[in-house]
This record gives sequence, structure tokens and C-alpha cells, in this order.
Amino acid sequence: MSGASSRLSGPPLLSVRRLTKHFPVRGGIFKRTHGVVQAVDAVSFDVQPGETLGIVGESGCGKSTTARLLMRLTEPDSGEVMFDGEQIGGRGGPSLRTLRRNIQMVFQDSYASLNPRLPVGMSVAYGPFAHGLRRAEALDRAATLLEAVGLEPALYADRYPHELSGGQRQRVNVARALAIEPRVVILDEAVSALDKSVAAQVLNLLVELKERFRLTYLFISHDLGVVRYLSDRVLVMYLGKVVEVGPVAEVWEHPRHPYTRALLAAMPTMDPSRRTTEALLTGDPPNPINPPSGCRFRTRCRFAEDVCARHEPPLQSSADLRDHAIACHMVHAGTGHSLAGTSGPA
Amino acid sequence: MVSTSSETLLTLPTPDAALTRARHGRGYWKNVWRRLAEDRITIAVMLVLIAIILSAVLAPYLTPHDPMKTSVFARLKPIGTAGHWLGTDEIGRDLWARMVYGGRLSLLCGVLPVALALVVGGTLGVVAGYAGGVVNSAIMRSIDVLYAFPSILLAIAICGILGSGIRNTILALSVTFIPPLVRISEAVTTQVRSLDFVEAARASGSGTALLLRYHVLNNVLGPILVYATSLISISIILASGLSFLGLGVSPPNPEWGLMLNNLRPAIWVNPVVAALPGVMIFLTSMCFNLTSDGIRQAMDVRL
Repeated sequence: MSGASSRLSGPPLLSVRRLTKHFPVRGGIFKRTHGVVQAVDAVSFDVQPGETLGIVGESGCGKSTTARLLMRLTEPDSGEVMFDGEQIGGRGGPSLRTLRRNIQMVFQDSYASLNPRLPVGMSVAYGPFAHGLRRAEALDRAATLLEAVGLEPALYADRYPHELSGGQRQRVNVARALAIEPRVVILDEAVSALDKSVAAQVLNLLVELKERFRLTYLFISHDLGVVRYLSDRVLVMYLGKVVEVGPVAEVWEHPRHPYTRALLAAMPTMDPSRRTTEALLTGDPPNPINPPSGCRFRTRCRFAEDVCARHEPPLQSSADLRDHAIACHMVHAGTGHSLAGTSGPA
Repeated sequence: MVSTSSETLLTLPTPDAALTRARHGRGYWKNVWRRLAEDRITIAVMLVLIAIILSAVLAPYLTPHDPMKTSVFARLKPIGTAGHWLGTDEIGRDLWARMVYGGRLSLLCGVLPVALALVVGGTLGVVAGYAGGVVNSAIMRSIDVLYAFPSILLAIAICGILGSGIRNTILALSVTFIPPLVRISEAVTTQVRSLDFVEAARASGSGTALLLRYHVLNNVLGPILVYATSLISISIILASGLSFLGLGVSPPNPEWGLMLNNLRPAIWVNPVVAALPGVMIFLTSMCFNLTSDGIRQAMDVRL
């Protein structure tokens, strides 16, 4: 899980530039647009081959929308996604079908993401089948993959989803995602709905499969502990914006954005000397229909100043560590914030 | 954790055999049939239905009488009369003969319009539900126009324009049943379309036709079929209504609805005989409803 930094210099496998999705809010008889939910706003990041990028944030911050935009299950308003150096959907670039061959997704709800009327073996075989494999070959591959996720195909291939437990179903979903040999797997809250012991087993399985099939993971979760365990790098989102991105150890040790600090401080700890005494973060995120001007976090930030309302802080690499980028006026020098350029409040 | 131990104490099917079994879909229909066989009520109802259908098909072999032959001397004979064991109608025709012959037209008027409407309405509904957006609006708003007319009025209007006769009756009834079938299939398809497994199938790069076949149709067909069978009884009754108005089957052809209407005045003279066609309509529609319900339950793998 370490050693990702050595690969960081290479060309990214997946490169996202200014990806934007605004959902219009319509109402009334004439379906007039009343406002726009800025679900994902100019989000940019790179994913290196072989790494696990964790994406964290509160509910509604745009994590899942980002995943759906990458899969093109939702059409982005603007922005580009480059896969292996080529723009998806662009002229001469790879098609949507190629993209979907290379990126697969595991959904949170293990039951809803399996067809209740197909035996799970057929659900796994469906992808290869749709890509032109003959039915028997597709079922053979499904059997191999069920084996790989720890489900004996002889026992499980012909069962229906309701006959399996939540953990088994999620294993089937992982097998299904891997069936068309993708290079990137997006895990959208893939273990959040499982109870802890089962989640741990599935996580270990994910780690093993990653090695075995040389996968790249995008791990979306609100569970910081799980993200810490699985990820090489972590990306923190707030109200449709990336606020901080960096190697997971670095972000955990030296979080620079006040939001990241608040998130990490809110984590339950086993150490009594580090007991959380006061909540750094209170209230709900503001309405994404009318996000605050400038820095979107300023309404909940203890260090907000005038400059935060006037200018939106760009996501910039920190001075001392190139692959740790933060979108905060306090971090970068010369922004006009009273704490600018310092390492932030102690 | 991941590598499953192959040494188990339980006797398990050998992987090869089980894989072959899985390849053939575990004999899904065999499984459905087994569950159906356990459901005694459905089996009984299905047998009654088969008997009704057979009696209509084999009508000439079941009675020596001509269903059209009248007799002024044998009018409104009660049940149990020698030679006419179900009695006779108001102009002396053998009722048993008319019942079994009448089943031919009645079953045709019940099943065919619904089947036609199911093909057209079901297709439109699934397309509207799956496509969504503009396609959905275009289809659904056009269907709403048909909804503006009460169904019986719509059937009368169509029959009035096309003229009477069995073919036009069936056509008119088909058009009448299209709107509710479109609406039902659109509703279930819209519901299924947004489920994660359809998204996942879409994300796996599947074509629309394959996706509809493997992921949408098998989830929407059950409720649509059950609803469609409930229309069969309505269809029989509407067809008899049209016959009564002189727009459908014309006398002296035997048809249950028409017979019911013709025997109506005789209800004071011979109530049991007058009620018989009604009993047949009731029995047939009940049988269709219960059978479809039973089949749906047997097909539902989740139960």
C-alpha cells in the first residue's frame, strides 16, 4: 500500500480536469429553473496506475456524483476525463464503451445492485457476455471470478441474490465489476453498508484482488479509518470542491485545510489522551444550491476572514511538498489572509 | 479467507456437475413448475380453465344439438329437462349447446384484445419507461388523450365508426386496453430502470437490447401480465355490452354476453337458466385472474 510516491512522477492512468456537474432545480407548473445544485464544481485530480485514491467528505459533497461522472452514468456539464493519456469521447480518442471496459464500479447497496431475478453467476457473466463472449465462456469466467472473491462457484453460481448474505452479495458485486477486466475500479461506499467484521473481510479481499489483478482503486467512503487503511493518497471534498489532496500519511499527520483537520479530529480515537473535547465542526454544510462566495467552507471555518469571502482559494501544492495540494488562503503565501503562508494555526 | 477450502465434510455436488447445472440456468422453468405443482388452488383453477377452453374447442362433440336451432314448443325449459339437461332459452335453443359454442366467441373476445393490447401497449410502455425524457413525455401524453374518454365510450365510438362485427369489436377493445397497459408498464419500467443493477449493467458497456432482455423485461413482465389477465374478464363483459348495443356479435350467434342480455327478461320465469351465461363469465374471469396470480407467484424467485 505504500510506495505509491515512487510512481507519482509517471503519467497518470486517469486524469480529471475541471469536471463539473450542476443539477438544475426545477419547480412550479412551467418547470422553471429555480436554482442550480453545484454537485461537482471544477474538480481536477489524477489517479496514478496501481494506486488507491481515497475520496472522503460529508454526505452530499459530490463524492458519488464524481464517481457517476467518471463512469458516464451521468453526463458531465463540462470538463474532461483522460484515460491513459487519451480523452474519453473526444475525436479519435477511446469510445465510451472502451471507457466502461476499463473502469468499473461497485455500488453501496449490495442488494439493489444485483438483478433479483438472475442467478448471481449470470449477473457476473453478464458483462463479458455483453462484450461478445459466448454464454458458456462467460459463465466459465464468472465461475473463475466467484472463486477469486472467495465464493465456491459450485455452491453459489446458481443462487439468487436474496439467498446470499450482505457480505456474499458484495463479493458477487466485486466479481461482477472485475469480470470485464477493468483497470480501474471505483468503490462507492462499497463496504459502508456491511457490518464491521464482514466489511473487514471484504476490505482484505479488495487488497488481495488489487495485487492479483493489478488494479487501480478509487475508494469513496465517509469512513476515515477505512480510507486510511486502504488508500495511498486521499482527496477531501467539500460541497463539490476538492479542498485537499495528498498522500494519506501526510494528510493524516499534517492536515492543512481546516476542514480536513475538523474531519480528522472528529474521528473516534482509542487513545484516551486524544479524546475529542470540542466539536471543531458544527452544523450542516450550507445549501449547495447557493454555496457561499469565495471559499465554500468559510461559513463553518473558525479562521474565516474577508479574503475568504472575496476570493475562491485555488487548489495549490504546498510549498514544502509537491504532491500535497490544499485549497485554503491560510496555506499559501501572499493571499491576504492574516495567517497566510504560515503552516496555519497551531 | 479468500481461498475456500475444498475439503469439506459435507457431501457437496462436484464442481463440474454444478457448473453444468448453472450453465443451464438451474432449470429455472423446472423450478417454477415444481412450485406451481405445490400450489393446489392454482392447479385446480387451471384445470377448470382448461376444461372451459376445451369445451369451447370441442363444442360439436359435446352436444348433439345445433346452437342455432329454435323450437317454439321447448321455450325456457328448466334445468334437467330430458334432452336439454341445462334447459332451453327464450326461443327454445338448447342452452348447453349455446354455452359451449358461446365460449368460442367469448374467449376470443376476452383473450385476443388483451393480447393485442399487451403487445402494443406493453412495448410502448417499456420504451417510454426505459427511454424517459422527451420520448416518455411524447408517448405518455398521447396516451393521456385516449384516457380522456371512458373506456366503454371509446369502444362504442370505434365500433360505431368501423361498423359492427366480431373483428371490429376485437379491434375496438384492443384500442381501449392500450392506455392502461401503457401506463402500467411505463410505471414498473421507470421503477426498475433507476435501480442500481440496471445502472451497473449500463456501466458494463452493455447494449440497450441485451440490457432490456436480461435486466428489465424479466423484472417488469410479472406485474404487467397479472394486470393484463385482469383485463380479460373486463374484455368479455365489454364485448357483451357491445353485442347488446348491436355493435358486436350479432344474434343469433351464441356469445355469453349476448345470451345474458337476451335471457334477461326471462329472469322472472326461469332465473337459474337466465343466470347461467353470467356464471360462465364470472367463472372464466375468476379462473384467469387466479391462474395468473398463481403463475406470477411461482415465477417470483424471491418468494
